[in-house]
Amino acid sequence: MNTFEFLMQGLLVAAQPMNLLYALIGVTLGTAVGVLPGIGPALTVALLLPVTYKLDPAGSLIMFAGIYYGGMYGGSTTSILLNTPGESASIVTALEGNKMARAGRGGPALATAAIGSFVAGLIATLALAFVAPFIVKVALVFGPREYFALMVLAFVTVSSAFGDSTLRGLTSLFVGLTLAMIGIDQLSGQARLSFGIPDLLDGIEVTTLAVAMFAIGETLYIAAQGDRGPDKVEAVKGSVWMNAADWARSWKPWLRGTAIGFPIGAMPAGGAEIGTFLSYAAEKRMTKHPEEFGNGAIEGVAGPEAANNASAAGTLVPLLTLGLPTTATAAIMLAGFQQYGLQPGPLLFATNPQLVWGLIASLLIANLMLLVLNLPLIGLWVKLLTIPRPWLYAGILLFATLGTIGANPSVFELGMLLAFGLLGYVMRIFGYPIAPVVVGLILGPLAEQQLRRALAISQGDITTLVASPVAVALLLIAAAALIIPLVLRARGRGLVLSQLAASED
Amino acid sequence: MEAGDKDREETVESAQGALGLRAKAILPSLNVQRRAAEEAAPDGGPALKQFFLASILAGAMALPALAADYKIIAPANPGGGWDQTARTIQTVMQAEGISSNVQVVNVPGAGGTIGLAQFASQDKGNPGSLIVGGYVMVGAILTNKSPVTLKDVTPIARLTGEYEAIVVPASSPFQTFGDLVEALKKDPGAVSWAGGSAGGTDHIAVGLIAKAAGVDPKKINYIAYSGGGEALAAILGAQVSAGISGYGEFESQVKAGTLRLLAVSSEERLEGIDAPTIKESGLDVVVQNWRMIAAAPGLSDEQKAAVNADIEKLVKSASWQEQLKTKGWQDTYLAGNAFDEQLAQDVSATEGILKEIGLVE
Repeated sequence: MNTFEFLMQGLLVAAQPMNLLYALIGVTLGTAVGVLPGIGPALTVALLLPVTYKLDPAGSLIMFAGIYYGGMYGGSTTSILLNTPGESASIVTALEGNKMARAGRGGPALATAAIGSFVAGLIATLALAFVAPFIVKVALVFGPREYFALMVLAFVTVSSAFGDSTLRGLTSLFVGLTLAMIGIDQLSGQARLSFGIPDLLDGIEVTTLAVAMFAIGETLYIAAQGDRGPDKVEAVKGSVWMNAADWARSWKPWLRGTAIGFPIGAMPAGGAEIGTFLSYAAEKRMTKHPEEFGNGAIEGVAGPEAANNASAAGTLVPLLTLGLPTTATAAIMLAGFQQYGLQPGPLLFATNPQLVWGLIASLLIANLMLLVLNLPLIGLWVKLLTIPRPWLYAGILLFATLGTIGANPSVFELGMLLAFGLLGYVMRIFGYPIAPVVVGLILGPLAEQQLRRALAISQGDITTLVASPVAVALLLIAAAALIIPLVLRARGRGLVLSQLAASED
Repeated sequence: MEAGDKDREETVESAQGALGLRAKAILPSLNVQRRAAEEAAPDGGPALKQFFLASILAGAMALPALAADYKIIAPANPGGGWDQTARTIQTVMQAEGISSNVQVVNVPGAGGTIGLAQFASQDKGNPGSLIVGGYVMVGAILTNKSPVTLKDVTPIARLTGEYEAIVVPASSPFQTFGDLVEALKKDPGAVSWAGGSAGGTDHIAVGLIAKAAGVDPKKINYIAYSGGGEALAAILGAQVSAGISGYGEFESQVKAGTLRLLAVSSEERLEGIDAPTIKESGLDVVVQNWRMIAAAPGLSDEQKAAVNADIEKLVKSASWQEQLKTKGWQDTYLAGNAFDEQLAQDVSATEGILKEIGLVE
């Protein structure tokens, strides 16, 4: 049988009524869990694992697939409506999505996220089916020095999202980088900046920082303004659905987001967040409506959301082809495979094609089901914004706190949530952008570890960083992204550029 | 959240049982209160409120009964080895009727030392609390200078174990373990080893190999990854000279021929694995990454014996053996004094090698 026949057979298995029911349960649970900040898809799958002992392998994998995609999707809803990212991969969605929601365009924002996730999920799942063995070879070329070059590129491009004051943007970034140093250093096992507090040994949780900075900081800011608050939240302006212009502006970002997210998700040390950062930066550079960036540009939701879901499918590439789980959820899915005596790895496609294609087919089904489930709900979700402001923000505060406690039941974590919330508030007052802090916390450790690994392997020879064509290419792109704007500015076009770099917060 | 629901159902059931018992005791007094309240306020409003309060009170009183028969702390994130061990114990205990109600709680962080510290302080004297741990925890306690050690809990038994495997990519010039050791002796820095976290079992094993080969363990070039999985990518991509982790992490790649298995860290050759031991190549190194279960501190001898009996029932059960087989874990059950001795020996040996590697002062 060839690939296509296997896929068709898999679709037949996944389309059985019982399996469709499992997919529906999985998708619903996944979305619900993704909406809650803190409780990630990993914990849900872990809780579900014992139940699936009694299901057949196909049924349980289908349910896992539903939870996985549902969780990835659910995070965007709270990001857009409440500025409370459910998980780290939907942090970027909050930047433009929440601005759109406040301008009465929450409907189109949710719709472009849902349809973008569907399109990205569809393309990426098909890519998983047809090019996984090839992609994984490319991904293995990436060693520490290539990853380091990729991180440099991410730093440079994402810094375009830092607003018009470079100094303020960099200050925020370095706050994030400092926070990233806290905890046990992975390469030497030694604790840094933890001041003997055991709770700090594991570093600062990204979701805690993001929820605190975005949700708590904002709540304090709004509350402090009292009645003087200028921005009226408008629940619905115009249609709840996407209009022709929205479609026209969304489809390219969807495709670009997919193209960025899938390969980065497939890299063993890529991670879903990096793809969303790069996609956001790309959209900001390519848009025809630069003035809207920072005030609710639909491209800034469409691209990152597509990248987020595409990288979710990308994660399955190393899992299925190498048996290499790159996320916590993938690690638990691996445990799920093992309970049926399957060892994911290079032989899985050859020894258990039915199951692999069943999983890929069920991902397609889960993807479709998510769209069917979520599009009609958009009208309902948007009503959330008609809740009077004091109630809405009190709700956000409660929600953010519950999510944090749910993820890590410790008083210290709660204290950190409040402290970072205050920091977010103070930074807002003085006009420092928030996003670079979170970016620093995510990218900082990745860049540092990869740099140190590269230097350790080469025994301190710094030229190793430019000793591979991939690394050189990535560094050159990064240099171009850094230098070209400077040249343009020097030639007197600075005005246009500062408009391009309109504040995002 | 079906598993959650299932757990909850069972909890609710047992809670109802408890409530039923308590309700009988509470009802007469409740009736009296109610009558009194009705006399005071004929409209029934306050009476209702009192009834409501009383039922909350009854619920609160029944709360201790809501707690599981066993609560197992997995001091790691969902998905890892300790989490899987805890959840497997949960499944088997419930399936075998050893305990009708088992909960798993994840307290991740710092090689398990955060969960351990919380367990030692909050669960003191509670015979229904257990914690999963292992050899990695022994190293983490030392490197993190954890104030709480395994002496502060009641170790019950070693349950499972896995031996270390040393692999190289298929394209590597190293054909045998001897080749690798020769290269290590010649220039320790030029041989880079990818493995799990710094100070963990993999790191310790490399330190022991270096020491046995007469190389200063401080000079080893160990590249720490967050786990065997992430290290695997670096090994497959030939970014490093060699890889070291539990055999299970490499098994499928070895079978597919993309990795070459040079040696395993067991005492004798392992059944079904075609590789010599490190010992055969003349280096006296045996390392096993074991996992254990411990009970809370401050238990009486009877309580300790009860937990021991339950764990013995667990490991002797057919479904536990079945689970070990599907997960590829070795049964290394060891309890009582023999385990205490082994543990003490492991702790002092680990401390020694971590000092020589330079991770612990």
